[in-house]
Amino acid sequence: MCGIAGLIHRGSSADIGSQMTSMLQALKHRGPDSTGFALYGSGGSKDYVMRFKVAEQEDLATGFDINDAIKDRLAMVDARLKEMGAKVTKTESVTDYAMRYQLSFDGDLKRVIDYIEDVDGTEILSIGHALELIKDLGDATVVSDQYKLNGFNGTHAIGHTRMATESDVDIRSAHPYWAYPFNDVSVVHNGQLTNYWTKRRGLERQGHRFMSDCDSELIAVYIAHRIDKGDDLHTAMSRSVDELDGVFTYLVATADSLGMAKDVMAAKPMVLYESDDLIALASEEVAIRSIFPHEIDTFDPYEGEVRVWQS
Amino acid sequence: MAELNTDHESHKLGMHTEQLSGRTQQVFFSPSADENFTYPDGIEVDFAKEAEFDAAAMDIRDVNIKIRELMKEGHGTITVRNPSAKHSLGVGILNRLNLNFDGSLGYFGCGLCDGPNIRISGRVGWSCAENMMSGTIVVEKNAGSTFGAAIRGGDLVCKGDVGSRTGIDQKGGTIIVGGRAGAFSGFMMQRGRMIILGDAGKNLGDSMYDGTIFVGGKIEDLGVDAVEGEITETEISWLEAKLALYGMKAPNGVKNLTKIVAGKQLWNYDNLEPSEKKLVL
Repeated sequence: MCGIAGLIHRGSSADIGSQMTSMLQALKHRGPDSTGFALYGSGGSKDYVMRFKVAEQEDLATGFDINDAIKDRLAMVDARLKEMGAKVTKTESVTDYAMRYQLSFDGDLKRVIDYIEDVDGTEILSIGHALELIKDLGDATVVSDQYKLNGFNGTHAIGHTRMATESDVDIRSAHPYWAYPFNDVSVVHNGQLTNYWTKRRGLERQGHRFMSDCDSELIAVYIAHRIDKGDDLHTAMSRSVDELDGVFTYLVATADSLGMAKDVMAAKPMVLYESDDLIALASEEVAIRSIFPHEIDTFDPYEGEVRVWQS
Repeated sequence: MAELNTDHESHKLGMHTEQLSGRTQQVFFSPSADENFTYPDGIEVDFAKEAEFDAAAMDIRDVNIKIRELMKEGHGTITVRNPSAKHSLGVGILNRLNLNFDGSLGYFGCGLCDGPNIRISGRVGWSCAENMMSGTIVVEKNAGSTFGAAIRGGDLVCKGDVGSRTGIDQKGGTIIVGGRAGAFSGFMMQRGRMIILGDAGKNLGDSMYDGTIFVGGKIEDLGVDAVEGEITETEISWLEAKLALYGMKAPNGVKNLTKIVAGKQLWNYDNLEPSEKKLVL
């Protein structure tokens, strides 16, 4: 059991950092292991925002050497960015192991990403013009305070509270997943995929890489793969309902849209609120009600249903 | 064989003359035997004595305790303001009571109830009225999945749309849906009646053992061993009366509802021993 939530403001922006924190905190009972946010800023900048980590939280308890290792890894990341021609315009050390870089770059982004992730212990959580992906151990308020997410202004967001059932309790296995190597695409998922290994092997043979053994990562890679093949988001998601086996409800966000899909058994919950200027979705209505104190009309999407909204 | 000894301690205490009590006991209906329809620790309430409170800042447990406290004070009509989609509200009420929720409920609302009349002005989440024994529950807006799972009696009404697996394992009572019902509604239904005035999702009545499902709209497809039946005059009268109770109407009249029953062709309906089945198969 995990909790997922999403919201999208149509034609405006808001403090989505605080809103998503409230929604995910209301879902804490569905998944206390880790919490993740994919926040989409208002965009407009030509610079990329890159969120990455150079160690796991638990690594910090492994001895004195880890601090030196983190410094070495960061120096190596900086050197490799420079070597590839990326110009870092702003750096921010959010935690001892998680960084936020703003950079300008005109070349092959996938090559840069692969080169950076080749540094030991380093994983790029997200890169894009709008997306900023934050995930760590703890509940929503802990992660939000740690990464200073309250006040984050943007148009849309998805988030996840995780109860680990299929893989480890660490940042690598936490959601959301970024759909490498596609900018600004992220996924959160509640459920289990039963044809995970079959599908993963198929995607790996086509050149995609997986950073974890979490079945949810497959959805991100699958959607990225389908978009690469020319599908639009709705088509890619509709195809996933036919091709992915298991019980699942998932949300996908891109630079300007938010989508949801439910498996054909409708075995995982999703409650939806839709108005002219805001759409909010969550595993439970209490999450939506955390940002709407007054009565609202909500409903459950049906089995096999796919919906996509634009910001 | 030893002689039966009728000199039991229980007889001395007069217990052999006592009647079983409680609605769930296997007793025959008698209009005069009111005590048969009241739990031994049932609370006498006065429907004219009303109370209300605001649940916005209360924990789930505190809301349910408050309802019981008001019942013990004799309040027969209770209104809960701002339930705010909290889970598990109004559960385990084994008493006559008029209970109004002014707002929406979360998951597992009004489960394990036996007797109260409950009205929810908003929506309910998954598993509303699970294992309900008797009484009425009316939801004015939509409901989530597994609405009325395993209910045994009473009327459970949703005036809007409901999610998947509505009435899964239904063992009695009546479920009425004003709008659409999701996939696998009536899954493994054993007894009772379900009326869906809108469309029904796929696998309707899958593996149903018994019971009846009436559908006013389009049926996406039928589940295993669910077949169409012929609606009777008695059923038409019953449907008209039942829907009128809740101010609801079939879109094209009750005569045009599609009736779905169990085909009873599944393996568990034959009388063959396992060894005989091998011979047949």
